[in-house]
Amino acid sequence: MQRCVPVVLALSIIGLGLLLTATVENRYFYFATYVILQYVVLATAWNILGGYTGYVNFGTPAFFALGAYMATFLMRAYHAPLPVQLLAGGLISGLLGLGIGYLTLRLKGVFFSIATLALTVVLQTVMINWEFVGGAKGLSIMRPATVLFFSSYVKFLFAVMLCLAVASVTIAWWLEHSWIGRGLAAIRDNEEAAECMAVPTLKLKILATTVSGALMGMAGAPFPLHVTLIEPTSAFNLDYAVNSLAMPMIGGTTTWLGPVVGAILLGTAQQTATVTISSALNLLIVGVVLVAFVILAPEGLVGLVRRLVQRERA
Amino acid sequence: MFSFELLLNAVAAGLLLGGFYAAVSLGISVTFGLLEVANIAHPVFIIAGAYGAYALNTAFALDPILAGLLLTPIFYGLGVVIYRIYYVSFEQRGEESLRGLVFFFGLMFIVEVSLLLVYGVDYRMIETPYIGRSVLIGPLGISLRLFVPCVVGVVLTLVVYLFLAKTFYGRAIMGVSQDSLALRLMGADPVHIKTIAFGLAVATTSLAGALLLVIAPVEPSIGREYIGRVFAITVLGGMGSIGGTLVAALILGVAESLTATFSGPSWSLAVSFGLLLLALAVRPSGLFGR
Repeated sequence: MQRCVPVVLALSIIGLGLLLTATVENRYFYFATYVILQYVVLATAWNILGGYTGYVNFGTPAFFALGAYMATFLMRAYHAPLPVQLLAGGLISGLLGLGIGYLTLRLKGVFFSIATLALTVVLQTVMINWEFVGGAKGLSIMRPATVLFFSSYVKFLFAVMLCLAVASVTIAWWLEHSWIGRGLAAIRDNEEAAECMAVPTLKLKILATTVSGALMGMAGAPFPLHVTLIEPTSAFNLDYAVNSLAMPMIGGTTTWLGPVVGAILLGTAQQTATVTISSALNLLIVGVVLVAFVILAPEGLVGLVRRLVQRERA
Repeated sequence: MFSFELLLNAVAAGLLLGGFYAAVSLGISVTFGLLEVANIAHPVFIIAGAYGAYALNTAFALDPILAGLLLTPIFYGLGVVIYRIYYVSFEQRGEESLRGLVFFFGLMFIVEVSLLLVYGVDYRMIETPYIGRSVLIGPLGISLRLFVPCVVGVVLTLVVYLFLAKTFYGRAIMGVSQDSLALRLMGADPVHIKTIAFGLAVATTSLAGALLLVIAPVEPSIGREYIGRVFAITVLGGMGSIGGTLVAALILGVAESLTATFSGPSWSLAVSFGLLLLALAVRPSGLFGR
């Protein structure tokens, strides 16, 4: 019975979202919500590696943009539809994640993080020099004029991202509650001790990097269609790295709920701040909040609430 | 395309660039190589230093390098404050690896966006007598805007090297990197020594920033390009070896300059990160590692 609850919950969230597209018309609403949902995917994906195993990934933009560029390539070369782009984006970023997973054999802690940052810049340089997908100038993307079941393309993209967000949170929930989650937590606490206790550390780490990378790539695949433009600076934006790391840190890194709470709070705050104040100032707020949380509330909001509840009971 | 003259000039420019890179990486060699504090905000302090020199230059027409030198005490104080926060919040609790890294990442972001809010995204540059001039030696053209930073960079490297090797505090810093418990038994406070070392490392960034301003126009986000460079140089140089830092900086400078000359400047950025990935994968202890 308990196993059914998350599935029912997930399906009802998707159902509510679809109901929403039939009632609300405001285009900006879907545009903004899409970005927030995209951050739910990115934060959850980051947390599968960073929160559960303790390997800090600064390379979110690399995985995200690789998915976006794969989609662009397929669109230009074969006019592939979005579902194919999503799968291909997930596949290629998952493969990159697999490679990064093997890298964890040699690189621990800080070195791993710097290597992921290095990866981002190398990939960006490659894309700047690849003329077919726009090079440094970028490429405008034409959205298909009509789409089945939805009255506008923005709504369709919103629904796609909603399904992705629900799927990634479900995956994170499942990982956390299976033996895999306990193995990953063992790696986070003490990798050598875990290895000695016969935890298959390498296999688990590779699983985590691959799943994390694939989800980021899938989040990136609809990006060209969403902004109708692909260009290296925006696709490889460091904001993705900061946000996908700040959101789980603010929400709490040890549970699936943390990144979701963080992404919804911070994402909504940013979307409102971008409209009402300025986009540079809202990034400053993200930085300050991130530093404040990492110093003052290392367990994040979920940890804080949990501690308060325990104190009430005692 | 290929000619001996072109090659010669590319190597010379690369060596000069390398001297500047040494100045840029010195601080990281101390904080990351010796203290094992992964200060990824280091490059953004360099950018802050460049803007500081720019502000002094436009306000009082000061020479940028002199301005950078004058700013070092302020940056030293900044470094001391940051290390204190870092120590109390992370090192003392034994949580430095993951959360400390995130702390510096957030710090980097704050400084970068603050500069963006104050100065905007426009490139800033300055005018000095040695910018734009060059000296011709046979087929070799040496531009002074590269030569001056290289000389200052090498001198700075030498000063830091002598400080670490000859003075009491320098030796204590080397000691704290080897065995902080032994240092404590000798009656020196490791936290105090680390604070000085961190302050010193951040102090070098104001001078390095001034050199950056001489070499090229600056813009708030270019610090990111230097993250790969400084860590590549530090790792390649062997984590905390000052001499190794200089050699690695020269290697990277030449490699970047050759790439820029023969396959286009848009590839030169990938060189440092490629070199870093290669060094991490093949020889993580670096060329001069212990």
